[in-house]
Amino acid sequence: MTLTAPQENSSVTSPSLFRRTAPWFALGVLVAAGCAKSSTSSPGAAPAPSPDPRVGLKAGWTDAGEAKWNMRLVSNTPPSKDFLNPGNGGDRRLINSDLAFSGTHVFQGNYSGYQVWDVSNPARPTLASAYVCPGSQSDVSVYKNLAFVSGEATSGRLDCGLQGVPDSISQDRLRGIRIFDITDIAHPKYITSVQTCRGSHTNTLVTDPRDQENVYIYVSGSAPVRSSNELPGCTSGSMEDDPNTALFRIEVIKVPLAAPQTAKVVSSPRIFNDLAAVARHAENPADARPRPAGAPARPAPVGRGGPTQCHDITVYPAIGLAGGACGGYGLLLDIRDPANPKRIGAVSDSNFSFWHSATFNNDGTKILFSDEWGGGSAPRCRTTDKPEWGADALFTLTNGKMDFKSYYKLPAPQTSFENCVAHNGSLIPIPGRDVMVQAWYQGGVSIFDWTDIAHPTEIAYFDRGPISGTELVGGGSWSVYWYNGYMYSSEMIRGLDVFELTPSAMISQNEIDAAKLVRFDYFNTQNQPKLVWPTSFAVARAYLDQLARSNGLAADRIASVRKELARGESLSGMARSDALKALAQQLHLEATKSSDQTKAHMLAAEVGKLAGA
Amino acid sequence: MNGSFPRVLAGILPVAIAITACSGGGPASVRTTPAPDAGPARRLSPAEMVRADSGRPPYTRADVHFMSGMIGHHAQAVLIAGWAPTHGAGPSVRGLCERIVVAQRDEIGLMQTWLRARRETVPAADGSGGHQMPGMDHSMMMPGMLTPDQLAQLDRARGTEFDQLFLTFMIQHHQGALTMVDELMNAHGAAQDDTVFKFAADVSADQSTEINRMQLMLEALAGKPASR
Repeated sequence: MTLTAPQENSSVTSPSLFRRTAPWFALGVLVAAGCAKSSTSSPGAAPAPSPDPRVGLKAGWTDAGEAKWNMRLVSNTPPSKDFLNPGNGGDRRLINSDLAFSGTHVFQGNYSGYQVWDVSNPARPTLASAYVCPGSQSDVSVYKNLAFVSGEATSGRLDCGLQGVPDSISQDRLRGIRIFDITDIAHPKYITSVQTCRGSHTNTLVTDPRDQENVYIYVSGSAPVRSSNELPGCTSGSMEDDPNTALFRIEVIKVPLAAPQTAKVVSSPRIFNDLAAVARHAENPADARPRPAGAPARPAPVGRGGPTQCHDITVYPAIGLAGGACGGYGLLLDIRDPANPKRIGAVSDSNFSFWHSATFNNDGTKILFSDEWGGGSAPRCRTTDKPEWGADALFTLTNGKMDFKSYYKLPAPQTSFENCVAHNGSLIPIPGRDVMVQAWYQGGVSIFDWTDIAHPTEIAYFDRGPISGTELVGGGSWSVYWYNGYMYSSEMIRGLDVFELTPSAMISQNEIDAAKLVRFDYFNTQNQPKLVWPTSFAVARAYLDQLARSNGLAADRIASVRKELARGESLSGMARSDALKALAQQLHLEATKSSDQTKAHMLAAEVGKLAGA
Repeated sequence: MNGSFPRVLAGILPVAIAITACSGGGPASVRTTPAPDAGPARRLSPAEMVRADSGRPPYTRADVHFMSGMIGHHAQAVLIAGWAPTHGAGPSVRGLCERIVVAQRDEIGLMQTWLRARRETVPAADGSGGHQMPGMDHSMMMPGMLTPDQLAQLDRARGTEFDQLFLTFMIQHHQGALTMVDELMNAHGAAQDDTVFKFAADVSADQSTEINRMQLMLEALAGKPASR
């Protein structure tokens, strides 16, 4: 959500970024030893490097120590000239924020606008556009020729000027959504803006599978409501005194694709009304106690009668659901009518401070919520910080019911000079597994497997030392998302990082190959797309590797299936089809005796599809 | 990466020109009337702007009042939350207090850093170890802070009585913080500094969430919905 103090008198020293000709960061020599350990003979239990090389990394803005395991840094690109002060990396006006993707371009929000990177060659991103337009935090979504950018700060201007808006009531102020035409990606055109009462902290693109003419934007705003003298209708009373209060609701903007300049707020759903039975799993009785059905609205303006806002909403249109991270609650919403989302479930958790965002697993049977305790400004990964605070909470999702199973928190302790808490991430499309890559600010990037939801396990990571070794300078990975084969991380002050998985006992080359088969034309993490893999030998081999890891088939059988797959692949026409059909039938038979029947059947089915391909 | 920076520089030049070209008018199709002339600030890049003001964007007395006043406000929260273990608080209130202590102590550091960088007076933020409690000095009394009487009353309470009083007073305390945020946001020229704006927005979001939680805890303690 936010970061740290401005650090105007930062002690960070850095060689000029402008004369750098070598890679921006020295590569992770510190951890080379760690990687060798990953190829042990027991693939299910490949140990992480020990001691953890993330502990004790050298501090530095541009020359911090690095630790990595099962992934590598492909490139780091510092912010472009307009968004980089070589003398001081900590000025929060130049903070990089969230990412969205379109074709070969990455949109990187910044508190002063946004940058667009051409990542046709992920090893050498080049700047396609740098659009100056302050108004934190510039959360960005893209859809075809349109980009949507969030503005929340009271200093944001309609004309994109840098001078702020001193008047507390002003028609120059923009708090809401800016809409750009990005047909010519090098020259984005500012089409219009839609003003909202609290501005937009985050925005969520909502697509309707049954409606090709419109898209929707869910606006989450967590800042105070502005004056109705500035934007008519903006009031902040209680539900009881003020039925039209701008609190206790989200805003929905409808964007007609043929006329995006006419985008406007079409509804303000009160998804928190009568927040009744809230599931409990921690000790706090307050979490458990159902509110009486039909209880009257509460008198106090704020704090009674549920949350006043959401922080972020992740929609999964393919299954008609959304996960809302809203104040002290995780909500499940039915979004089949996108303009009128309806709450169908809610959870609370006494270990959670501020519900930040949600991620579904691909088949919609699990949901993960993160807690951004401290707003991202604070060091919440120290040895003294509890593992269930500022973490992810993992729930199973069965017929609209969420059941808590476990927490996941970055397992490596960080220093008090590193802001660190759960933040933005996405699924990695490894078929047959639930794997997620997640940003933890200066805690770095952590990849974990939550297929076994009771035991989420880290399987790869990347981390840098603190920006400063003497004070907390806010920075680190704001968000990291998988997109078309690579992972892109928005480093708040160090620029754009691109990562790649490296094969290991935890993630095989076949699994990486299969993950790379999933490709999108555009991608917004909060508009979660269904991952679909094309029929391929890589997918079959990924399942086979997973069966090897789980001992779901005997080792010698795994080896022989590998040979038969290779033979099938080398054949063509009927010969290939017959060989693979026979293999598929045999595998289905064996699957019934496997200790990992589901996966064994998935392998057999994939081979069957290959036979018919 | 090797040698890519010159390309990056070359890439932004046309963009920079395009941006300067429209200064003064703003994007033509924006619905609301843009500022007639945004002035020279419009022509600076954000990076140049940051260099020009040495990382200290304009701020007002209202910003200073908020940042320094909130230090004392937070310090009182840290003080009374610190009583949970010695005053027989139940597990729920103890957990809440533990989090309040960690959270608000960190935020005090943030406010002090901001004030120090501007050479403004940095109020002390400790409970002075003895009974020099924050809030005793009326000149620093901010909205919602416990009066000396309320502090003494809470200090005398134990067990469930402490829990109930603590929650009641902390709701009052948090609501005062929301009032402070409101006052800040409505003051001319205030909260233009991103640090101040984000901190104030965080206080608003976090503390309204916590008020909601504390209301539920109070109801749970009472065994019935709190009186309305």
